[in-house]
Amino acid sequence: MTIDTVLDGGLAALVLAVGCWIIVARDSFAAAVGFVAYGLLLTLVWVRLDAIDVALMEGAIGSGLTGALLLRASSRLRSTEASVALEPPPFILRAGAALLSAIVAAMLAVAVLYLPEPAPTLAPEAAANAGATGMGNAVTNVLMAFRAMDTMLEKVVLLVALAGIWSLARDRLWGGRPGPLYRTDPKAPLTFLAQVLPPIGIVTGIYMLWVGADAPGGAFQGGTIIAAMWLLVMMAGLADAPPVGNRRMRLTLIAGPLLFLIVGFGGLWLGDAFLGYPAAYAKPLILVIEFAMTLTVAVTLGLLIAGPPEREPTS
Amino acid sequence: MISAADLFTVVAVSLGAFFFMAGTVGLLRFPDALTRLHALTKADNLGLGLVVLGLLPRAGSLLAALKLASIWLLVLLIGAAVSQMIAKAARNGDKDDD
Repeated sequence: MTIDTVLDGGLAALVLAVGCWIIVARDSFAAAVGFVAYGLLLTLVWVRLDAIDVALMEGAIGSGLTGALLLRASSRLRSTEASVALEPPPFILRAGAALLSAIVAAMLAVAVLYLPEPAPTLAPEAAANAGATGMGNAVTNVLMAFRAMDTMLEKVVLLVALAGIWSLARDRLWGGRPGPLYRTDPKAPLTFLAQVLPPIGIVTGIYMLWVGADAPGGAFQGGTIIAAMWLLVMMAGLADAPPVGNRRMRLTLIAGPLLFLIVGFGGLWLGDAFLGYPAAYAKPLILVIEFAMTLTVAVTLGLLIAGPPEREPTS
Repeated sequence: MISAADLFTVVAVSLGAFFFMAGTVGLLRFPDALTRLHALTKADNLGLGLVVLGLLPRAGSLLAALKLASIWLLVLLIGAAVSQMIAKAARNGDKDDD
């Protein structure tokens, strides 16, 4: 048994153990913290599988952003949690949910275990056509060129999610600023962190976007880091969230998908198909879209966590 | 024959792993939030510092070595700030209980 097998086995056992712990945790805050740890372990699993792009995504979105969303949700539910715990859902409902989850898990396990050897894959074709766009990272090629439609729709889904969160606002608060007003304490460690970290984070985010053309990274990961920096500054009270009616903020929200659509329809006219880039301009076009995407992702994710408007519009 | 650089790596990373283990034992055994934080910060600061120090000779390039060192500095910064915040929250929580 090599050291790698021991490491992988231990990692798999830890993932399973933390997964079970999240299910049985009584307190939703504890479960959310467990989910963050679970995401970090999964990140290590992806690294062990040599899928660095997926690992970055899991660390940034799966663990970081979703973790922040869940923590926020659990802190909002805290006041009602005790009364809900007093009357648990009926046994049949819980048993049904457990059964359904077990069936889905078993079906997934069967599907993975019975994959033909070698597993069907389009990876060789994706790698062989990498030269078509002038970018070295096969994953970015797939995301931005070969399956660009999926990537575009993904961003639209994010916007729909944000619209869903905004729709929770009360009528009289519509147009106001999201979240509570955070107080600033100039001597607090959080304020210090929010002053020191953002320059480093913003550079890292842009680096992640830029390096995504030839190495693991890309718009989504870079955007998430920038969103995290924005949230840090907002939570330290150094900058307030923009009112949801703010025109410039809304333009940033749609910049990515809009540019994607314009280039897409341009492809119908100048290239071969919808979202078919003219070969000579493929790389610059993709970079421009990715840049707009990074801004859109950063603002959307930040606002997703900031929540629905909670303060009355001033004007 | 094991080279001096390899020996340095083995010793430093093992020492770092020891601090991580000691920190974990402290986290599990210490009685309250403040002492547990004390144990955890030793693991983060010294443990990670020694692991990074041990890996420096194997970094291959100056840029990679700088990246490793900056990871340690970032963890120091965030660890210090976050443990202050947790400690403050823990103390305020104690006051509420009284």
